[in-house]
Amino acid sequence: MSQFAIETVGLNYHFGSQVVVKDLSLQVPKGSIYGFLGPNGAGKTTTIKILLNLLKSPADTVFIFGKEINSHRIASLSKMGSLVEQPAIYGHLSGKENLTNRCLLLGINKGKVAEMLSLVGLSEAANKKAGKYSLGMKQRLGIALSLISDPELLLLDEPTNGLDPNGIIEIRNLMIELATKHHKTILVSSHLLAEIERTATHVGIINKGQLLFQGTINELHDLSKPIVKIETDKIEAAQHILSIHGAEILKETGHTIYISYKNKADVGQINTLLVQNGLTVYSIGIERKDLEHLFLDITSKN
Amino acid sequence: MRSLYISFISEFYKSRKTLAFWAAVIVPLIICGLIAFGYYTSSEKILKYNYAGMMLWFRYSSAALGVMGMLILPFYVMFMAFSVNNIEHKNDTWKTLFSQPLNKFSIYAAKYLYATMLLLICILLFALLTYSTGYLLQALVPKYTFNDYNPAIILTKFYSKLFLASLGILSLQFILSLVWSDFLKPMGIGFVGTIMGIITANVGWKYAYLIPYSAPTLALRMTAASKGARPEDLPIFTQEVWVSLTYGLVLFIAGYFILAKKNIK
Repeated sequence: MSQFAIETVGLNYHFGSQVVVKDLSLQVPKGSIYGFLGPNGAGKTTTIKILLNLLKSPADTVFIFGKEINSHRIASLSKMGSLVEQPAIYGHLSGKENLTNRCLLLGINKGKVAEMLSLVGLSEAANKKAGKYSLGMKQRLGIALSLISDPELLLLDEPTNGLDPNGIIEIRNLMIELATKHHKTILVSSHLLAEIERTATHVGIINKGQLLFQGTINELHDLSKPIVKIETDKIEAAQHILSIHGAEILKETGHTIYISYKNKADVGQINTLLVQNGLTVYSIGIERKDLEHLFLDITSKN
Repeated sequence: MRSLYISFISEFYKSRKTLAFWAAVIVPLIICGLIAFGYYTSSEKILKYNYAGMMLWFRYSSAALGVMGMLILPFYVMFMAFSVNNIEHKNDTWKTLFSQPLNKFSIYAAKYLYATMLLLICILLFALLTYSTGYLLQALVPKYTFNDYNPAIILTKFYSKLFLASLGILSLQFILSLVWSDFLKPMGIGFVGTIMGIITANVGWKYAYLIPYSAPTLALRMTAASKGARPEDLPIFTQEVWVSLTYGLVLFIAGYFILAKKNIK
């Protein structure tokens, strides 16, 4: 049995001559919350549609729980719940009827409907036509629809789109609960890193159809190690002094030099050293690239 | 088989509150009701012709069959094929439907079967209402001669022919509505097709039977022509009915391949 809930191997996909997904090798470990990040139009939704077999993938490129999707379509889909783009809801049916219809299709006990409605906080609007729901309510109904079959794997495409801060927090907590208590695997896409940062255990960053980073959230944090920024008058002398001191020089621009950060005492020592050697230190400080900038950096590279 | 059954039930559940479903009931009620009302209020004028039982039934039922076969039926079929598919286009639910662990063919076939069933309900109601309102008129206007002839067989045959003759249109319109999400394209093509069907059938063009849209008109026109023969001997499976069934089957299968190849946006 594969350790991955989702695995794609060198997946390529194109609409006509336009390449949408390029050599994508996703590895979503079981039980993880996998944040699938990328700017708008990066290929996230296309990838999710491929994972749902809505778009046909080439043979032997997509595996769900170790099984090739094209040859195990129904078995794979029965383990998945999904919310793709804006929730697909029958507007002329009430929220309750939408869920009941899904129960009919999946052969689930209709008793689950009430449970799902209360889970997403729609019990009071249960009999209101779903077409008259607000965007946030539709989104929550969409999530209820994807959860009703109690799937092992959830694919959520920007699930917090259109939700208010309270709603976002609720969804975030729901995801954490589903993963930790119920051992679900969740792939959640977003174009906002901040949103994913607090819930995801793993992250994949995609841009222009290519996977630029994949790893645990800690590995992503490691990419953003703090650095020391020093502004001084004599840059070459400073460079010389610093290299004798054993500091790792990362880059230099004009009057500024960046070195890797070790600890506070070391920063103090460097300052003393520079001043004692007759240099003027205009400023010295620690800079930490936040994940948001890191994300922008990563996605702007290709 | 199970996926087909549950998809079918779900189709019913989804559309039971829509006009597409209720039209199957309302259209026959209104049309048969209006004709019966006309026969009731202008009974004196009709009684002057002194129709024999069979002729009276013939006049009475062809009032419904005439409008029905020529115009209402093709348009109802178009509207229904459109609605069954539009429910998914409008709500953007094709993607959800096809990401359920259900066989794709079952989902498609259930939709088609559901449309066929609506058509059947509509036609069945037409037949039943024509039959029952005839006897109701007899009770209300005792001078009518509806009691002298039992039209059960002939009505069954008429309406069976009409049903079978419209399956070609159904499959064709079903594909059009599957491919296009807008109302105008399938309706426009259907409208032109129907007009063409009526004209070619009525001018007696040699190849009119090859146009699916002319099948209902042809099915009824042949009936009128064979008036001299015993009406009970009316054959159901005439040329245009076979053509309609062939179109129906071939396009039904083609529709599945179109859907299976289509990427779900």
